Amino acid sequence: MASRELDVQALLGILKTRLDQRLEACRREAPLFVGIHTGGVWVAQQLLRMYNSKQPLGKLNIAFYRDDFSRIGLHPQVDRSSLPFDVSDRHVVLVDDVLYTGRTARAAMNELFDYGRAASISLAALVDRSGRELPVQADAVGACVQLGAHQQIKLLGPEPLTLETTTTQCAQR
Amino acid sequence: MTAPGIDIQLDAQGRLRHFLTTEGLSAQMLTSILDYAESFAVVGDRAVKKVPLLRGKTVANLFFEPSTRTRTTFELAAKRLSADVLNIDIARSATNKGETLRDTLHNLEAMHCDMFIVRHGNSGAAHFIAAQVAGHACVINAGDGRHAHPTQALLDIFTIRRHKPDFAGLRVAIVGDIMHSRVARSELHALRTLGVNDIRVVAPRTLLPVAIETLGAQVFHDLATGLQDVDVIIMLRLQRERIKNAALPSEQEYFHCYGLTEERLEAAQPDVLVMHPGPVNRGIEIDSQVVDGERSVILQQVNHGIAVRMAVMAMVVGVAPEAKASPN
Repeated sequence: MASRELDVQALLGILKTRLDQRLEACRREAPLFVGIHTGGVWVAQQLLRMYNSKQPLGKLNIAFYRDDFSRIGLHPQVDRSSLPFDVSDRHVVLVDDVLYTGRTARAAMNELFDYGRAASISLAALVDRSGRELPVQADAVGACVQLGAHQQIKLLGPEPLTLETTTTQCAQR
Repeated sequence: MTAPGIDIQLDAQGRLRHFLTTEGLSAQMLTSILDYAESFAVVGDRAVKKVPLLRGKTVANLFFEPSTRTRTTFELAAKRLSADVLNIDIARSATNKGETLRDTLHNLEAMHCDMFIVRHGNSGAAHFIAAQVAGHACVINAGDGRHAHPTQALLDIFTIRRHKPDFAGLRVAIVGDIMHSRVARSELHALRTLGVNDIRVVAPRTLLPVAIETLGAQVFHDLATGLQDVDVIIMLRLQRERIKNAALPSEQEYFHCYGLTEERLEAAQPDVLVMHPGPVNRGIEIDSQVVDGERSVILQQVNHGIAVRMAVMAMVVGVAPEAKASPN
């Protein structure tokens, strides 16, 4: 059940502006972009396109770092992570579509550390929704949305990118 | 009647609970192991070659037969998944003092082992252990008698898929001591399930089990004919320690008739892959030049063994019921 329309292109524009401000304020120059599979990769691709950047995009699949592995096992689809650059001593922008509990961002940071010691990590999310379970916050977001535990928001793509909000019977985490 | 190992290795939802044989597993399951292995393969290229999936789990290597490659790659795979690994030295263990396999097992369970990697000389040993272990523990077969060596079969197929992903048009020859080879049996089941139509076994009559063609292989006794236009050659080690009586006139005679040499490779496709599960007997089943030659992918097989074993271990532990916390 779609409850509201969110214009992804408009949100991407806001996200980029806020990210630029943040990176400049912190003097994080020449950042590398790393998207979290699958939605985060789509958002990161759009950001690179808006920057007219030809730099390669890093992709993380955090399935091997999830904290619910002992409960639900391996995620059925595990695309391989690929970081076509050395993250050591570089500024990294970690990109996700929806920031919710914070568990994905935690897992992604853990994985990133196994590739090297980045100079800094900034977190950019297209949508920041309510329901955080860990002390994680984004450095830049496209929009903040208040949703109940019974509501989900999901980025559909890759072409075109749309946001879908649905309501289910039981809370999903 | 189902063959041993088929039912016990899947849980009620059809997920991999133990890994005992490739026989009876669906193409979808085999493909998903290969796909996971692709994702685990990149872990070996990183600064930190570890993922935290099996943190806090204990894996026991139970090798009742000697092994270097298989035991080491299982150990490395477990360590890359962050598990703790126990290598049980069976030759010096209580089993040698008369303890039964079942008692050894229950003692290891009391130490809270979560997974047993089992190699045993008797066919069905891994299956026996899987039927005995507590609810949360998983068993992976690292070779049982002449029956099965499923992770070796899958790492071979992983290697083939990396080079030649179209299985339907593939011609595969398995050459040598088929009789004693658990690798050959596991490969035949898996290759056939994955849609390989042209599978050949090439061996002298004395090294072929009866009715091998019922597993879907064409039988050849002549190497040159068997290798005609093949895309993949899997050489098997001549298991000299198991060959009794007069199965072979001599090793020289065997090399003369069945040894893989550069000249004999010319019958195969120009881009043929030469594989061998190891350990290699140079100059007996395969010429040194071929082992070290450009068509040999033998060392890639060893490397891929780590990723495939990580995939299988993560899959079975992921669906295992959580161990009950100890009251103390």
